[in-house]
Amino acid sequence: MATIIYLNANGETQTVQQDKPVSVMRAAIENGIDGIVGECGGQAMCATCHVYVDDGYLDRLPPISDDEAEMLDCTAADRDDARSRLGCQLLVGSPENDLDEIVVNLPATQV
Amino acid sequence: MTSSIAISADIVVIGAGHAGMQLADSLRSEGFTGTIALFDQQPGVPYQRPPLSKEFMAADPQVIDASAVHGVMLRGSAFFTEKDIGFFNGRAVASIDRATHQLTLEDGSHVGYGRLVFATGATNRPLSVPGSDLDGVVGLKTLHDAGKLRERLRRSERVVVIGAGFIGLEFASVARSSGCSVTVIEFNERPMKRALSATTGNYFAAAHRAMGINLFLGEAVESILGNGTVVNSVRTASGKTIPADLVVVGVGVAPAAGLAQAAGLVIDNGIRVDAMLATSDPDIFAIGDCASYPIAATGDRVRLESVQNATEHARALARVLCGRGTGYDAVPWFWSVQGGIRLQIAGLTAEGDVEVLLGSPASAQFSVLLFRSDRLVAVESINRAADHVAARRILASGAACGPLSVADATAPDFNLKEFSRLVRVGG
Repeated sequence: MATIIYLNANGETQTVQQDKPVSVMRAAIENGIDGIVGECGGQAMCATCHVYVDDGYLDRLPPISDDEAEMLDCTAADRDDARSRLGCQLLVGSPENDLDEIVVNLPATQV
Repeated sequence: MTSSIAISADIVVIGAGHAGMQLADSLRSEGFTGTIALFDQQPGVPYQRPPLSKEFMAADPQVIDASAVHGVMLRGSAFFTEKDIGFFNGRAVASIDRATHQLTLEDGSHVGYGRLVFATGATNRPLSVPGSDLDGVVGLKTLHDAGKLRERLRRSERVVVIGAGFIGLEFASVARSSGCSVTVIEFNERPMKRALSATTGNYFAAAHRAMGINLFLGEAVESILGNGTVVNSVRTASGKTIPADLVVVGVGVAPAAGLAQAAGLVIDNGIRVDAMLATSDPDIFAIGDCASYPIAATGDRVRLESVQNATEHARALARVLCGRGTGYDAVPWFWSVQGGIRLQIAGLTAEGDVEVLLGSPASAQFSVLLFRSDRLVAVESINRAADHVAARRILASGAACGPLSVADATAPDFNLKEFSRLVRVGG
């Protein structure tokens, strides 16, 4: 089970729950969560699925690749060195990692 | 299934690809409160194109949703209801009467428009050699194409790809990693010639060969041969016969401008638009792959086939239609993934540009900086995302050409990322 909680820039909360593993980006697109664009389809090429991960989940995240780290310099909203990630690189509910639930804050803009 | 309808909308959009969908979305986020109707000739829900030749093609059909849409949907299923957008799929437009502001659909329906937007994309160029219509000779454009091709790939052993463009090479690398023997036949002397420098093109030629792909450059296809109605080989102009049970044709696309042309709009390598994305009719606009537009700083007219071009056009046009338009001036960027190699391109290069190499192709991490009249016009980055990010920033600071000279770039210890930090965006 994957549970993703999105907090948007207006302070509203939306929760997505599903059985299959899903990325923070893809779950937002498929469930109409405004504030995630995901233009490249999930290849860490466009930096339009930028999220700020809630502090309580930072130690459970998959490691950040060099590509993702560099693309985070392309985000429209300011990067937070500790909390900024690309949603397409955060797979939730997968048996391969320890991340069944995550809380992310959405930036005010992606483009 | 489709019965005749009679509707009208303040803004009618033809085409629900990346451009049309982003326009509908951006019109609402810009505060547009009028009616919006979006038409697409394909059935089903709108989907993303880039994964079709990459992750979608590589995925095991068994683990993908039977609908085949899972993982590539452009928006969620509630999108049209939540945004109050009329979506009419499976409906092709037959003609446009500009005098009465009315479309006629192929099913005979009439649709009135206040303003009309072409987001019709492009269609695959057909191959005209004998045998092109054999079973097993396919193109890749739509989700339907991709689903059929993926299924066929699973029961093929010998794959021939005609055309070493982006789509052809992305597909070739997927086919190779799934264990097929793969041959790519390209007319030009290097792959992706229209879009890439010689250094980068030659690097990819070597990389694909290292993956075990047979790459024939400077070679034309003479005919495709079959056993009955089913393909079994490809014959080249130089006399080679290459066995094949699957032939994928990727010889480029043509703008889908026929409808616009029939309506009397000016066509110039696609539907001609100005910097505000308006066609020769002030109530009609065109965005994305189908539109040719002027590059802000140089006035050069281009037509680009990319997601970024489609969505940036769409956002810019939404502002225009809401009365807040400014001239389109986004820096073009592109990407491709082939056999795990990540290619990112910022700007537009052309034959004759001067190359400056950062890093080394031997290390599989390098960038090619391209200069015209001693100004930076484009950067191609291979597994060097830092350079790509820097290039976008530098190019954006000068619209068409960044404030970087060949002398700067060839200085000892030059670093593109450090240079970009000195550049003021919008300056």
